[in-house]
Amino acid sequence: MKRQAVVAMSGGVDSSVAAALMKEDGYEVTGIMLKLWSGEAVNNESGCCSVDAAEDARRVAQVLDIPFYVLNFADEFDRRVVSPWIHAYRSGRTPNPCVECNRNVKFAALLDRARSYDADVMATGHYARVDRSGGHPKLKRGKDSGKDQSYVLYMLGRSELADAAFPVGEYSKTEIRSIAESLGLRTAQKPESQEICFVPSGDSHAFLRETVPDGSIPGPVVDDDGTVLGTHHGFAHYTPGQRRGLGVALGKPLYVKEIRPRLNTVVVAHAGDLQVNMLELEGTTFVSGESPDELRASVMTRYRGPEAAATLVRGNSGYSVMFDEPQGPVAPGQAAVFYSDDEVLGGGTISSTH
Amino acid sequence: MHYVDYAATTPLVDEALEAMLPYLKEHFGNPSSLYGPGRDAKRGVEEAREQVADAIGASPSEIVFTGGGSEADNLAIKGAAFRNPKGHFITTTIEHHAVLDTAEWLEANGAEVTYVPVDSDGVIDLNALEQALRPDTILVSVMAANNEVGAIQPLKKVVEVVKSKSEALVHTDAVQALGKIPFNVSEIGVDLAAFSAHKVGGPKGTGALFVRSKTKIEPLIHGGGQERGLRSGTHNVAGIAGLGAAALVSAKEAEQEGDRLQGLRDRLQSELEAAMPGLTVNAAKAERLPGLLSVCIPGIQGDSLLLMLDRAGICASSGSACQSGSLDPSHVLVAMGVDKKLAFGSVRFTFGRRSTDADVDAVVQTLPKVVAKLRRIH
Repeated sequence: MKRQAVVAMSGGVDSSVAAALMKEDGYEVTGIMLKLWSGEAVNNESGCCSVDAAEDARRVAQVLDIPFYVLNFADEFDRRVVSPWIHAYRSGRTPNPCVECNRNVKFAALLDRARSYDADVMATGHYARVDRSGGHPKLKRGKDSGKDQSYVLYMLGRSELADAAFPVGEYSKTEIRSIAESLGLRTAQKPESQEICFVPSGDSHAFLRETVPDGSIPGPVVDDDGTVLGTHHGFAHYTPGQRRGLGVALGKPLYVKEIRPRLNTVVVAHAGDLQVNMLELEGTTFVSGESPDELRASVMTRYRGPEAAATLVRGNSGYSVMFDEPQGPVAPGQAAVFYSDDEVLGGGTISSTH
Repeated sequence: MHYVDYAATTPLVDEALEAMLPYLKEHFGNPSSLYGPGRDAKRGVEEAREQVADAIGASPSEIVFTGGGSEADNLAIKGAAFRNPKGHFITTTIEHHAVLDTAEWLEANGAEVTYVPVDSDGVIDLNALEQALRPDTILVSVMAANNEVGAIQPLKKVVEVVKSKSEALVHTDAVQALGKIPFNVSEIGVDLAAFSAHKVGGPKGTGALFVRSKTKIEPLIHGGGQERGLRSGTHNVAGIAGLGAAALVSAKEAEQEGDRLQGLRDRLQSELEAAMPGLTVNAAKAERLPGLLSVCIPGIQGDSLLLMLDRAGICASSGSACQSGSLDPSHVLVAMGVDKKLAFGSVRFTFGRRSTDADVDAVVQTLPKVVAKLRRIH
């Protein structure tokens, strides 16, 4: 019997080509779209999980001649991704919903289902690679460094990686588009989706006003000494490092340094006073499943952000990241992901910065 | 492959195909044209009109051909509403979306709609219906038999209740009833009734609305004035011919075929109940469509189940498919008071003309195995 692969398809070019590459590789492929909303999907600009996206994915599956199903994960998505996202903004954090979706939906509920269907592997359209050359699978950056998505996959452990495949990670985006064209896939030139898939029309401010009303009330913008410099639109609408929308006009530009949700206050500072030397993390996991006491790594603190050399230290309440050199603004709620060259070692959620 | 989803659609019966072929080949004329080829095409339409009328106990002049069952439902409900847009309408909580979504659209546009509940077996609450009736009620729409759980509605009593208390029209979505149970508009007394060709062995994209003589509704589609002005647009002659043939054959065979399908259904039900503890039969105590079995299986997701059945060569369905093709818990099961979690694990098997014991055997052999596999994970 042929080896079985389940491919998570979004209707976009990357997951479409992922399905094609798995088929080319000799797998019997089943395409699955995750439906993340009950009722009809929100139609937003990113088009994620909309009816149009489902139709695109279904058409790709027809062209590839593979069975295609839409499975309902609305309950898991709401409980494990959207609600925590709202809660994080309420707490003055800037969450990354893709990380939670991968952790709690794609590589949890969907992977469980794929396994129950006797699938040997589950593939997605992420730009990342699984290195199986050693005794245990390793997670590596995608070949196209400009497109690398390993950051949002840091929570995968060996058991998930053993059953995962990221076929597009072996190619550049340009190559993926030309593969899509050579296969006659109409999604080949579909634009990238950048928006958060569950935010209607990509208007995250409007969505936040609706879902985080207590973080959408105007309040004071203060400096480090507590001097009121202006008025903000609601603390949930700001993130550290942000410069726009502060309503403060002083000689030198000011940036958000910190958000204090309980006081409904946004603290600002000049560029030189934003630097971060250390991070506290929560929910830290390592791909290897081990928990080292201390580790040297290169750390990324936002998606497609820069890397910085640091030492990880395990403390009583979790891991800390000590940067070798002070870093620019870092937002609590984002993931800190540890790399050694192009290998992902693990990561955690940033709970505070110092 | 075992096709056990006849409530979704049916293969074309030979009688329908043969009735259609002349209008796809030689008789290409426009039935509204006065010359020979036009008359030939018109003959096909009018023969089909007589066949449909005979199948349901109506007069040919009471049959309006449409582009399917959903269009027929829309024509009945909106057609009545357009004469009185702010009026009061009554329907049930278990209707097909062709009725429910139309009712919601009317509501959004200024009408008032009362949704009458059903009991735990999916049968309309006649007392609630009686209480819902008002002097300004324009139309009451109650399906003849439910497409998801098969519960047959007491339509004759519905008509009695409505007519004794109000001036309202009674419409029925009879898409699932035609050809499966005796269905005669004269005996039942409804004013409007919607039918679909492809559910009874006819082609897709064709349907009909029975409009009792002197019943006044407005058209949805204006134009050339075909179908006595109620449905403009050049006739789908071949489709209409196929509908006529299929409707007549299925209505004639309904009683005998119904007994045979009920035999298959009853055996499937008893063997699944024996093999799968915890399985519940939906609408078990209601009078049900003979070839339909809807069950809930605890501890599984219906969409995973259908995927696995598909892989095993069994074509079944579940709940109400939404536009994206995924499953939400069925509004029908929810209306019947089935727990939402259990409703996610519903699956429906429907038999038809080509169904045999081999189809029952295949489901009985496959379903318990697939369920056991899916349960291992959760």
